[in-house]
Amino acid sequence: MNGRHTLAASHLGVAVAAFGVASIMGLLQALSIADVAFPFRSESLYYIAVTAHGVLMALVFTTFFIMGLGYVFSQESLGHISGRGVAWLGFSVAVIGSVMAAITILRGQSTVLYTFYPPMQAHPLFYIGATLLVVGSWIWGGVMIASYRSWRRQHAGIPVPLSIHGMLATVIVWFLATAGLAAEVVGLLIPWSLGLVEKIDPLLARTYFWWFGHPLVYFMLLPAYVLWYYVLPRIAGGRLFSDPLARMVFILFVVLSTPVGFHHQFTDPGIGAGWKLAHTVTTYAVLYPSLVTAFTVIASLEVAGRMKGATGLFNWIKQLPWADPFFSSVALGMIAFVFGGFGGAINAAYAMNAMVHNTAWIHGHFHVTLGTTVALTFMGATYWLLPRLIARELRFGWLARIQPYLWISGMIVFSTSYHIAGLRGMPRRVYSGTLTGEYGASWQSLTMVAALGAVLLFLSALAFVTVVTATWIAGRRIQAPPFEFAVPLQPVTRIGVWDRFGVWTAVALILLAVAYGHPLYTLLTHTRYGSPPFQPF
Amino acid sequence: MNVDLYERIWMWSAGVIVVLFLGTIFVMAGAQAVHPPSHLETVDPTALADHPEFGNPAVSTRPDGTVVVPVVASMFAFAPDPIEVPANRPVVFRLTSGDVVHGFQIVGTNANAMAIPGYVSQFTFTFTKPGEHLITCNEYCGLVHHAMVGRLIVKGAQ
Repeated sequence: MNGRHTLAASHLGVAVAAFGVASIMGLLQALSIADVAFPFRSESLYYIAVTAHGVLMALVFTTFFIMGLGYVFSQESLGHISGRGVAWLGFSVAVIGSVMAAITILRGQSTVLYTFYPPMQAHPLFYIGATLLVVGSWIWGGVMIASYRSWRRQHAGIPVPLSIHGMLATVIVWFLATAGLAAEVVGLLIPWSLGLVEKIDPLLARTYFWWFGHPLVYFMLLPAYVLWYYVLPRIAGGRLFSDPLARMVFILFVVLSTPVGFHHQFTDPGIGAGWKLAHTVTTYAVLYPSLVTAFTVIASLEVAGRMKGATGLFNWIKQLPWADPFFSSVALGMIAFVFGGFGGAINAAYAMNAMVHNTAWIHGHFHVTLGTTVALTFMGATYWLLPRLIARELRFGWLARIQPYLWISGMIVFSTSYHIAGLRGMPRRVYSGTLTGEYGASWQSLTMVAALGAVLLFLSALAFVTVVTATWIAGRRIQAPPFEFAVPLQPVTRIGVWDRFGVWTAVALILLAVAYGHPLYTLLTHTRYGSPPFQPF
Repeated sequence: MNVDLYERIWMWSAGVIVVLFLGTIFVMAGAQAVHPPSHLETVDPTALADHPEFGNPAVSTRPDGTVVVPVVASMFAFAPDPIEVPANRPVVFRLTSGDVVHGFQIVGTNANAMAIPGYVSQFTFTFTKPGEHLITCNEYCGLVHHAMVGRLIVKGAQ
């Protein structure tokens, strides 16, 4: 073990463990929807699997990976982690919270899905566990900021390394987003689940949830972008094409990530059409930094190909290290993001959203964006991180090399089927895709194809977990390879407008207040009745 | 900030794409009045049984010819079921829930709304062809969620 990185490695370990359990749950779901008979198949198991898969993948795997990655960059780019003891405390709090929530889910006491919409009510320890996970991540955010500040005191006037710039943006997005979650969970759900208050307003809770729920995906995406900008060009043997534009991209996410939640609530009552339109504007605006990212990252890869001697228009692509599992993971994830991004643009237009809202299209969509772009980037980065963190050689390198290709193959089959099924009206989150009559028949074959995709995805997940586990316990001990990062074509030497985090955070807060202030005021001041709890599981 | 020429072209193009997307939506909203539901009306979800409209929900016709369909979604059925409406007349759906959050999607159309306890979701839809539609609950509502379906029958002009 590389002592300076024990903290990061521990986070990575929890992330991979959560990913492994969640993968099994994913397979069970897809088989169940397709009506494939397997032992212990039941409605209860299916909905528990949906809940566990969502919570473990979207909240536990990602959060722990991102926290670990943040500590790696803090150590490597800043040279230190300020408050290592506090960081361990945050880790412990997050682990305890995750385990608490996971136990109540697996015991069937919190089958409320990862959206946990009231008045469906989970076990109080589910909400408290989720809160502790977030509190742990807040401590991480505090440590990241403290580490940056202490670096800044010794390095006045020069721009912070791009990795830390991106991680600071991630931390700020996370604080802005989780404020909404705290309002929901601490303000409404925990008192209600403990019986301290009798009723809850489901629409208010949904509004707070989506204040958190959409920026959550940028919390996952930004660390992936850090890896694309700051590590990938190096792996490919090139240079970062433009450092200042990368800084602009992260700042645009700080500003635009949070005031977008209503695009998840287009079909909800009680929120004005004008406010839904306002959130639509910000939702499309936040496409822009991703489009810029596409250029910069691909240009960086072209630089790599040309540095290796490619001369034609496209043959630089052949020069890229497609056998490197980190490179291929990210490259495949980026290709998926072209389709996922445009799918997102469709979802954000409410005339089209009405066709696909809550249909199988939606989980088809986010398995392309989060389930491919983000998940592949994180898995690929794990292959890159592991030898550097624990000083062991990757075991089963051949398995790691085919794993990303297996994942993308499975996902194409899986996701395309569900997109089509959704357009044919199949609802999401159903124990069986058969339902009744002729519609069920038109969905059934698609769910079978999707189940085949899920089997491929599961095999890929199994390969990933096998490589990580084997490396951890039986990888050959080596001198930890050094962390090497991408060098920009033109180094940035002075602090510019995109380095002013304080100002941009203030802008983000103002936008957030504008986007949510009036709609929340309207909801809170209207006559409301509230709902008692239900536990139909 | 020194930006490469090709990158500058790309950035302007990306900006144009975003503006075009938004422009389409604004044109739809402004010229064709395509709006998401935004009705704010509350109702006591614990007293729906005694409610004049939702106690025994039934299709009715307003003097101006608009058809009104109150719908109560509750675990694990819709009321009324089946819903019968005429073709080529505006139909106002007024949707609420008696327990948890449900979805209401008329499959094959873009009529799709959330049934949230304590609130009335309202939207208007005109069916142009007679026939039968499946209604699905598309929000998880408990262990029998997948079996929560209804039927909507569109009748031709007499």
